[in-house]
Amino acid sequence: VRGYAYRLFRNWKGDVLVIPGRAIAFFGLVLLFFIPLITQNPYILRVLTFSSVFAIYAASWDLLSGITGQLTLGHGAFFAVGAYSAALLNLKLGLPSWATIPIGALIAIPAALIIGFPALRVRGTYFTLITLCVPIILTGVVFAFSNFTGGELGLSGIARISTSPLFNYYLVLLVMVSSAFLMWKLTDAKSKHIRLGIFFHAIREDEITARASGIDTTKYKLIAFCLSGFFAALAGTLYAHLIRIAGPSTLEIWFSIQPVMWAIFGGTATISGPIVGVYLLYPLTEFLRIIPEFRTLIFALVVIVLILFMPRGLIVRVREEIERECPRCKVINVITRRSCRACYSPLHLHEWESKNG
Amino acid sequence: MSQQIVIWGIMNGAIYAMLALGFTFMFGVARVINLAQGAFFMVSAYFMYIFISLLQLNILLSIALTTILAGAIGITVYQLLIRRIEEYHGAVVLVTVAIALVLQEVILVIFGGEYLSTEPFIPGAIIFLGIDIRYQYLLSLGVVSACLIATGVLLYKTRTGLAIRCVAQDREIANVMGIDVEKTYLIAMGLGAFLAGVAGALIVPIYTLSPTMGWHPLVIMLAVVVLGGLGSIKGSVIGAFILAFVEAIVVFLVPMGSFLKDAIALAIVIAVLLTRPEGLFGISFEEERL
Repeated sequence: VRGYAYRLFRNWKGDVLVIPGRAIAFFGLVLLFFIPLITQNPYILRVLTFSSVFAIYAASWDLLSGITGQLTLGHGAFFAVGAYSAALLNLKLGLPSWATIPIGALIAIPAALIIGFPALRVRGTYFTLITLCVPIILTGVVFAFSNFTGGELGLSGIARISTSPLFNYYLVLLVMVSSAFLMWKLTDAKSKHIRLGIFFHAIREDEITARASGIDTTKYKLIAFCLSGFFAALAGTLYAHLIRIAGPSTLEIWFSIQPVMWAIFGGTATISGPIVGVYLLYPLTEFLRIIPEFRTLIFALVVIVLILFMPRGLIVRVREEIERECPRCKVINVITRRSCRACYSPLHLHEWESKNG
Repeated sequence: MSQQIVIWGIMNGAIYAMLALGFTFMFGVARVINLAQGAFFMVSAYFMYIFISLLQLNILLSIALTTILAGAIGITVYQLLIRRIEEYHGAVVLVTVAIALVLQEVILVIFGGEYLSTEPFIPGAIIFLGIDIRYQYLLSLGVVSACLIATGVLLYKTRTGLAIRCVAQDREIANVMGIDVEKTYLIAMGLGAFLAGVAGALIVPIYTLSPTMGWHPLVIMLAVVVLGGLGSIKGSVIGAFILAFVEAIVVFLVPMGSFLKDAIALAIVIAVLLTRPEGLFGISFEEERL
């Protein structure tokens, strides 16, 4: 056991601490775990709990749209499938929350297949616009069968996960961390064991070349669709149990555009970017409730200004500022180092050349 | 019943056609997916309300002022914001959404959230083949047809139109041939917003105004554009009338139709796309073919 612990510590030191981006992510996570020690204010805990839920949602959007490159504007459909299935299972069958959350998330996989088979026949902008249609069609269905789905008012009275806000906070945070880790590992292009990631990246970069290289692109796009739908629905089930209502508001266009805003703000195709985006932007929107008339206006202006300065997203920009990839061995270094930590080759060649002629 | 279907189909079809045509210009030429088109439409409706109801100006003068202002908004937005981040497509889409929100909130702060409406511009109606058609609708149809013809003339009879069509086909070759690509983008963005302005000006006495009125036409407009084929001008006009009539028929004939109108209209779009992935009159772009 001591050997394992030592190896874990050494890996942590070598893989996390020396890479500034990862170190910041790690300490941010530690901070999130210790926030209840600093304040137990139920309002702050609630805002952070919802941030974690939306972090799963935004990261699942990034898995499909950022990494696989299938830009969708109708991700709320999966979120709503999760929320409604959790609500129906809980209210009609009386299942407790520990059963409805995984089952609701799993229901999204057949739903993703049903949406994905027709939608993935078209590509590019057509695909984006078709996915935009899906939540609107579902809204029509929800309203038309209102005695089953609750219509405009939605289904209310869903059981709580737990009466303690602290327990909810930690549960949602743990689910968020584990799903983010899973998504990051599954889509990691450098992974030696899981080949999914490199296929997803290949499909985004050039679908024709990917297909010519023998990748069944339609199959992998469907897999990305199912995975993304699964995690979005997972967020949906948690959301339904937290606000105890599943309504058509999750099917509004605005609800599908929000993860896009968070993800693009944080930086797409990174999984970590959207999560950071949510933890910064969602509390900001909550904070702006003190001036309700100007809330959306200020939010939109902030988004415009940030996009103008960082069109590739916060994470990508910050990482450019603090990290430098070694030109020889491709190991990531802190920007302050002058030579690579693995192979000692000089990192800042251009500056070195300009200084020494 | 059937007369209402015909009138609503034609009226809404004309509005959607204007919006979709504007979107097609922006997308086909400048490659901007403009999700603020609905907001441009909404803002123009409010401009028209100011000119007609508050300042009591002449109808045609108000329409002209409204549409010019709308075009100016389109050009300003492109110059100030979109141009700087052109190469990041995701960021462009996000910025247009943010612009739509800004316009919506500004209108909300100025006018408040309540619904506004005005008197018809020209009261009265004529009876034609047993259908009574209000002069209001005739005026709208007249302006829309004039705009369609003017757009056609601009595109196919002038040198500017030739330049626009060239850039839409291949911007690099057009650039090599000495066409000022940046100027063409500006014209396309201005024209797109101008057409949204026409739609906004014409619906003032027919719809009630509210700051969120732009979202529903935006969705239908996107469906129209996909149905007709992205970048196809003929497709967006014909698609607009098809979807408007489907909507009218569903609302008047199907039980619970007003809930299902969007669902059925969009289901038709998806069904068409499954059989013809490039839309009814689509030009399939090189990068979208596989």
